[in-house]
Amino acid sequence: MAEGVLSARGLRVEFGLPGGRVARAVDGVDLDVAPGEIVALAGESGCGKTTLARALLGLERPTGGSVSFGGEPLRFSSRALKAYRRRVQLVLQDPTGALNPRHTVYDAVAEGLRIHGIADDEPGRVAEALSRAGLRPPEQFFLAYPHELSGGQRQRVVIAGALVLEPDLLVADEPVASLDASVRGEILSLLLRFKEDAGLGALVITHDLGLAWSIADRIAIMYLGRVVEQGPVEEVLTAPRHPYTRALVSVLPDSPVAEPIVLAGELPDASRIPGGCRFRPRCPAYASGEAAAVRERCEGEDPVLAGPESLRVACHLVHARMVA
Amino acid sequence: MTLLEFEDLRVTYTGSRGRIPAVRGVDLAVDAGEILGIAGESGCGKSTLAMAVLRLLPRSAEVTGRILLDGEDLLTMGWGRLRAVRWTGASIVFQGAMHSLNAVHRVGRQVAEPILVHGEASPAKAAARAEELLERVGLPPSRARSYPHELSGGQRQRVMIAMALACDPDLIIADEATTALDVMVQAQVLELLTGLVAERGVGMVMISHDLSVLSAVCGTAAVMYAGRIVERGPAHEVFAQARHPYSAALGAAFPVIGDPASRGRPGGLAGDPPDPARLPEGCSFRPRCAVAVERCGSESPELVAVQGAERSSACFVAQEGGPVVL
Repeated sequence: MAEGVLSARGLRVEFGLPGGRVARAVDGVDLDVAPGEIVALAGESGCGKTTLARALLGLERPTGGSVSFGGEPLRFSSRALKAYRRRVQLVLQDPTGALNPRHTVYDAVAEGLRIHGIADDEPGRVAEALSRAGLRPPEQFFLAYPHELSGGQRQRVVIAGALVLEPDLLVADEPVASLDASVRGEILSLLLRFKEDAGLGALVITHDLGLAWSIADRIAIMYLGRVVEQGPVEEVLTAPRHPYTRALVSVLPDSPVAEPIVLAGELPDASRIPGGCRFRPRCPAYASGEAAAVRERCEGEDPVLAGPESLRVACHLVHARMVA
Repeated sequence: MTLLEFEDLRVTYTGSRGRIPAVRGVDLAVDAGEILGIAGESGCGKSTLAMAVLRLLPRSAEVTGRILLDGEDLLTMGWGRLRAVRWTGASIVFQGAMHSLNAVHRVGRQVAEPILVHGEASPAKAAARAEELLERVGLPPSRARSYPHELSGGQRQRVMIAMALACDPDLIIADEATTALDVMVQAQVLELLTGLVAERGVGMVMISHDLSVLSAVCGTAAVMYAGRIVERGPAHEVFAQARHPYSAALGAAFPVIGDPASRGRPGGLAGDPPDPARLPEGCSFRPRCAVAVERCGSESPELVAVQGAERSSACFVAQEGGPVVL
């Protein structure tokens, strides 16, 4: 396995619910993120994308499958996790909630250094991280408190806090969802710049396919705990194959899919995953009879991601067409 | 026929930091059967504008100008008349349905409440009507017995819409009604709202920060910045060929998938929206503007027609025919 690749194989995270039911939040996911690439993990709320990110960071213990980094399986001793988190950093969604209102910007950014016992040149490292995150001149922000900053500046402080440990990878959970539209582009540009200048990889979790189009190299579309389609952004978003991806893309303004396909209903509960293909109850191809030839397999068998390495889809209909 | 008309509407809040002009002279009109989109970011005054229509602003807000609903000025009418107009003349679908619904009452009762308040039906009839309304917004009528926490975000937003429809208003104001929803649920709710406009001929004001959604749904769009309309025109044109640098940047924040120009180039603006208490001199967008010229620093541009009567822009550069993006 190449240096610094974060991988999940057959990853499962289950939660016990009252009444003995089990929610399968992440239900068998294979995913790789390499340094120097930005991977978008997209899906609707409740599809398990945040749980997957937490499991990749060792914040959630998988109930099955494995997470590895640079070929080494993730170990859950606190010492191993601490070393791991120095190399893979999390950027949270809501910068206002992620920052302690009583800590100055300097303290917020230096916290990671202190936790990891990095004492040499603390002010220099903090200044460097702030300036990489676009807060310049950094010294001017040292003594500011979060409430004195705008939303965009707060998110930059959170990003500086992740950068200060010089990680190989960032895992960013909806990094711009709480920001004003005009400010988002600047934050996304930062992620792109880190990738281009420093080879920093990132897994960006988002519900926004436009964001993936703006910055990601590859995209994985998640539905109800599983990745249903995965590949280069250009191909997945301009020529989506899985009926779910097609529907998601079709409802965007000026979509490359001509007719909007508005799915009825909502994402089912993760404790009641339908048998057979999990997307079947909402699948327009199944309902319209387009998938008649593979109907029995849709009803009986959960499709796995298959296809050429670069473009993989979990759909019986797509598989049948690939063979034909 | 003009249903709603704003004439030089101004709203000023007075707070500990002095006078804060939130809306600074807005002129807009909505026809019956039409959807007007208002785009802008937090603090631009778009929600203040929505609240002003039904006089829901706090007392400290000073409101001047006129808001005409069917020719009647909402700002000067007596409280009795205003009460009659709320819900029956115009209603609002707020953002964040979780906070707008009462957590301890069943949703059916909440939908029936405006019907009862307006004395149009007996409690039994109002309850039956509430079930009908829930069905109309795509929820099973049995959902009337659910509490808000038992519903998903999309279902709660549908309940809010059912409530807004309860007294058959002529005008519906949707304030970020789909912002918190996932794309697929958002598509469902937008389909529902546009269907209502088409079938029942209601007028709608749709407020959103997402110019791409407005361009897909609305006939006309107005872009607000720092309390003013900075551009107005057919929604799709405002999104695709902006005539104000701010609308251009806001539009670029929502890339069109498949468009090579936006691939690998997230659009955005440097800087932050201005503090309404400390607006810059001249054009309020100047500090973030890439195409500003000298007079932008001293004079504030008015909204005037550019490229024919349908489009107007409050940008000196656009008014002189210059490009608004570099």
